[in-house]
Amino acid sequence: MRENLHRFFRAARGAGVHVSPAESIDAMRAVAQVGLTDRTILRDALLLTLAKSQDEKLALGDCFDLFFSQPEPPQEQPQASKDDASQDADQPPSSGSASEAGGGQPTEGLGPLAQMLLSQDRNAIQAAIASASGAASLSDIRYSTQRGIFSSRILDAMGLQRLRDDLDELTANNPALAERLRAALDGLREAVRDTVSQGLALYAREEAENLRNEILRNAPLARIERRQVAEMRALIRQIARRLRERYSKPRKRQRRGHLDVRRTLRRNAAWGGVPFLTAWKRKHRDRPKIVALCDVSGSVAQVSDFFLLLIHSLHEVVDDVRSFAFSSHLIEVSEILEKKSPEEAMAEIMSTVGFGSSDYGSSLVDFERDFMSTLTPQTTVIVLGDARSNNLDPRADILRRISERSKRLVWLNPEGRLAWGFGDSEMPRYATFCSVVRQCATAQQLERAVSDIVAIYQ
Amino acid sequence: MAEQKASTSIEAVESGLAAQGYIASRQIATAVYLSQQIEKPILVEGPAGVGKTELAKAIAAWRGKKMIRLQCYEGLDEAKALYEWKYAKQLLYTQILKDKLGEVLGGAQTLHAALDQLHDFGDVFFSKEFVEPRPLLQALEQPGGCVLLIDEIDKSDAEFESLLLEILSDFQVTIPELGTVSAITPPTVILTSNSERDLGDALKRRCLHLHIGFPEQRLEERIVESRVPGISQTLRRQMVGFIHEIRSLDLKKLPSVSETIDWARVLVLLQASELDTEIVKDTLNVLLKYEADIEAATPQVTTFIAKAARSNVFG
Repeated sequence: MRENLHRFFRAARGAGVHVSPAESIDAMRAVAQVGLTDRTILRDALLLTLAKSQDEKLALGDCFDLFFSQPEPPQEQPQASKDDASQDADQPPSSGSASEAGGGQPTEGLGPLAQMLLSQDRNAIQAAIASASGAASLSDIRYSTQRGIFSSRILDAMGLQRLRDDLDELTANNPALAERLRAALDGLREAVRDTVSQGLALYAREEAENLRNEILRNAPLARIERRQVAEMRALIRQIARRLRERYSKPRKRQRRGHLDVRRTLRRNAAWGGVPFLTAWKRKHRDRPKIVALCDVSGSVAQVSDFFLLLIHSLHEVVDDVRSFAFSSHLIEVSEILEKKSPEEAMAEIMSTVGFGSSDYGSSLVDFERDFMSTLTPQTTVIVLGDARSNNLDPRADILRRISERSKRLVWLNPEGRLAWGFGDSEMPRYATFCSVVRQCATAQQLERAVSDIVAIYQ
Repeated sequence: MAEQKASTSIEAVESGLAAQGYIASRQIATAVYLSQQIEKPILVEGPAGVGKTELAKAIAAWRGKKMIRLQCYEGLDEAKALYEWKYAKQLLYTQILKDKLGEVLGGAQTLHAALDQLHDFGDVFFSKEFVEPRPLLQALEQPGGCVLLIDEIDKSDAEFESLLLEILSDFQVTIPELGTVSAITPPTVILTSNSERDLGDALKRRCLHLHIGFPEQRLEERIVESRVPGISQTLRRQMVGFIHEIRSLDLKKLPSVSETIDWARVLVLLQASELDTEIVKDTLNVLLKYEADIEAATPQVTTFIAKAARSNVFG
């Protein structure tokens, strides 16, 4: 059973549940306590010891059900030992020992696999497949492209070579039996393929998902294919959740161990300066204040979707966020982003100001006229846009005033550094007034940028 | 044989908790049984009001052990959770013993000898006498064992979690001046969390993770039955059915088990024999705690009552 549990732990890791050695030891101890007879109790016990969140519990529950729907390896089946055919299966196939299983049938001199197939003993065949997949270490399967090699490894372990020899011999001597055997072999191939597919589903899920996500994280946002948009959204939401977990709770950090002498003396004046009560120094930390300006014009339409999604998540992380969207003029969108779900909010913003031709100058004028007073020396201003202003006046002077009034001015540009300053890009003129200018074309860069911005307030 | 024993023991846990008025699902009972057997704390997560704290109380009452509760909040530190030196007492003693001090040191001829004597003296003031045990240390010092409830661990700072690790895995704490204090009898530790923030992996790894969600209809009926004995069976079925309908709405705060029990008590007090629109609308504020939620639920009341009554006929 221990072997089985170990395989289950691997399957659980495949399902995305992190099972450390210590946890597997705990699970073993728990299983030793509750036993194996009652499957629901076993399931509960494994869920209690291995899963560490509600999501993991669901994943692990599915994994458990899938795992135990497999036929168990032969040593677990008490009836297997009584079964002649499966006893053969347990022996190395090369031994080729003759057995009485065939009885009166003309199967003498055939290998164990051929005999098993001809006797059509389903249990024995399943058991043989299971033990062969153990020998071929099916639990190492990672990618769907490995299906072929694992199938052939399992078939080899079951003694395919011997079966082929038998088949050649029979074709000459006993064509009818050969035909039967060939049909049975096709059935066997199919069964093995199913086993491998199930193994793939069990053991390879995490790896495949990681690979896909990794590719997606580094793909340029502007060139995402339509079918990947949903996945990308999910990924950005994951990033947002991670940011929220890391930064949502403002930490009060005391500089413990540093006595505040002045306050201590004052507090203990009543006892003649004998320090009964102590006072400690505290570090003062700014509360995060963020103002985000997001370009939603036609030139960045592909990317602005994701920008808005990220700003939406910023609203959840930080209390004091005001966000603005602009193409030819600028409006405040804080309320829309706060009240509505990401999809609704994005649709509404895009329909009000989206897809216009961008005019950074007049948008900045709008901002200065109506919202300049929201900036304080604690504010971080984030501008998301390509700085392509259609050769209109960029009004860089307003950006200078914004940068003077705020703590930091961060510009995130979806275009690469090479494109800055070419065509109607005003990036070099704006860049002089920014504390940081970063390229921000992939999900990963987006995450890093936002994480850095929020981190300075921690 | 051992396996037979396990399932009967789990049933024993279930019935033991039931005797204290806590109707546990199979999963909860398994968790309690396992935590006893492999001596691991239970980390209970779930929405507010599903009986996380109640579970610890029920276990304590059932086993006849003392319950020690540590309520976590932001800024909780080891001085309030673990132990503290009785600073004022130390100071007071030195003041009182001032004269004695002179006598002790008077015998010393050189400064060096005086310092040596003073060193012996210093240890006196950092002894067990001057330690003020806080809940965690108290729990370890209970001779008969106890139930230690660390409530709302997610409200505390991340640093506090690390402080708990030693206690949770080895049932001991280290006080630099005194050495390591081990538990006389390992306490049953229950941690609760409302998932306000994600807990660290190190903490989670040391615990059995139990998630208590909203109970199924049958289970909730049994809970109401045990908590509010005066309620008639028809009303009980209807009201639990109604609450399950309410939980399908998108509300700010869904009513949980504690609200169900409160509502059952209110209905009994109002001597209602079955649900009708009037009485539900009047008492909806017991179930829903936000004005916006009440507004969202009110138009649905009649439909829900009808649904609950219908399911009553078939169930």
